[in-house]
Amino acid sequence: MSGQAALRRDVAIVSWASFETPSEPARNEVEMLLPVVQEALGKVGLTQQDIGFTVSGSSDYLQGFPFAFVGALDAVGAWPPIRESHVEMDGAFALYEAVNVLQEEGIDTALVYAFARPSRGEVDRTLALQLDPYYVAPLWPDARGLAALQAQAMKDSGRFGDVPDLPPTYVADGCVAVVLAVGDRARELTKTPAWIRGIDHRIEPPSLGVRDLTTSPSTIAAGDAAGAAGADAAWLHVPYPHQELVLREALGLSGATVDSAAGPVMVGGLERLAAAAAGIAAGKARRAVAHATSGPCLQQNLVAVLEGVAQ
Amino acid sequence: MTESVLVAEHGIEYTYTRSTGPVIGAFLTALRDRQIVGVRGSDGRVIVPPTEYDPVTSEDLSEIVPVADEGVVTTWAWNDSPRMGQPLDRPFAWALVQLDGADTGLLAAVDAGEPGAMRTGVRVKARWADGRVGSIRDLACFEVVA
Repeated sequence: MSGQAALRRDVAIVSWASFETPSEPARNEVEMLLPVVQEALGKVGLTQQDIGFTVSGSSDYLQGFPFAFVGALDAVGAWPPIRESHVEMDGAFALYEAVNVLQEEGIDTALVYAFARPSRGEVDRTLALQLDPYYVAPLWPDARGLAALQAQAMKDSGRFGDVPDLPPTYVADGCVAVVLAVGDRARELTKTPAWIRGIDHRIEPPSLGVRDLTTSPSTIAAGDAAGAAGADAAWLHVPYPHQELVLREALGLSGATVDSAAGPVMVGGLERLAAAAAGIAAGKARRAVAHATSGPCLQQNLVAVLEGVAQ
Repeated sequence: MTESVLVAEHGIEYTYTRSTGPVIGAFLTALRDRQIVGVRGSDGRVIVPPTEYDPVTSEDLSEIVPVADEGVVTTWAWNDSPRMGQPLDRPFAWALVQLDGADTGLLAAVDAGEPGAMRTGVRVKARWADGRVGSIRDLACFEVVA
């Protein structure tokens, strides 16, 4: 089933705000998030009471205690009670949930946010906790080490020319907030909605040794379903530089302008969706691909296609 | 004046257990006996470590297949500064090892000494831990076969 066909109601990104710093030593997650959420809502004249559905993406392992994400709700306010949800993933995957919830009649706006403060710990080690609990996590592989297995496989394949050297894992603290709205509500809120024309996400088999690490079948499938062909610009989520080569091949981006960034872990993917929406709003792109990834070696991939005009 | 301080015990524990089941359990139990097993996938290939479901078709898998404790490195990465909890406390290589009889790679450490000893295609053999308990850590690491 194509992501485009699944959207019964037109959904647009109508506002966004973000914050990123190499290390945020003073403010906690809520204090970091609060002004960013306020900015995103304020740009389109909304308050939390106007939001029909709220959803976030983050990793409790970074804060080190279960249900840490619940505490972050203090940044939006949960009284009177709100409809909310959370994914233990990059915030881009929370946006996917919001797009689906917005297909219901009666919910016209959604707030999506993501946050992380990995500078407080050793993120290369922390991310091992997300891996297979029997076969992989007990070995505590560092995130960079797993990415290096992929880079070496790409070198061995001889298919990519020069494979970039592997830098240290990108570490930054930050957060991003995105406001979504449907149909006429989006048109009321902004003159420049970025309409989500297609969105899909797919996952690779969890075992690294089962995969061909030089390709990304999940990105190909998500790109096909979202309608990525023919885009004139792409905002790619690239945690390690060599992964851009795999993504370019998977999405067939020859001819498109490509903007790649890592961003803070759990935040970088949602930031790519916001950046693509900004590109559409500014008239820099007519049909933009936004990509987000989560997990080791591009394990999970989301592709959205944004345009300045609704279907 | 004496102070009375309220004290409460707070033990952190998992109050449940989980069976590893007939597939993952078969693999972990075999490790205890210095053997490695995989599972036959829907397309006939042997998947090591074994998965409960086929990675492509998602069908239930159940045919346990023994494989060798020796094989070839299909990709690798040198780890100069091992972190807490990793298999070795001196520099080593992460590798995907395709064991003889298997069609997929197993993530493991290779105690190669120095990066010059590593290359894709190099043969490696399992080094077993003493006091095996039915854990992936029973496979202490691999070593390069001279």
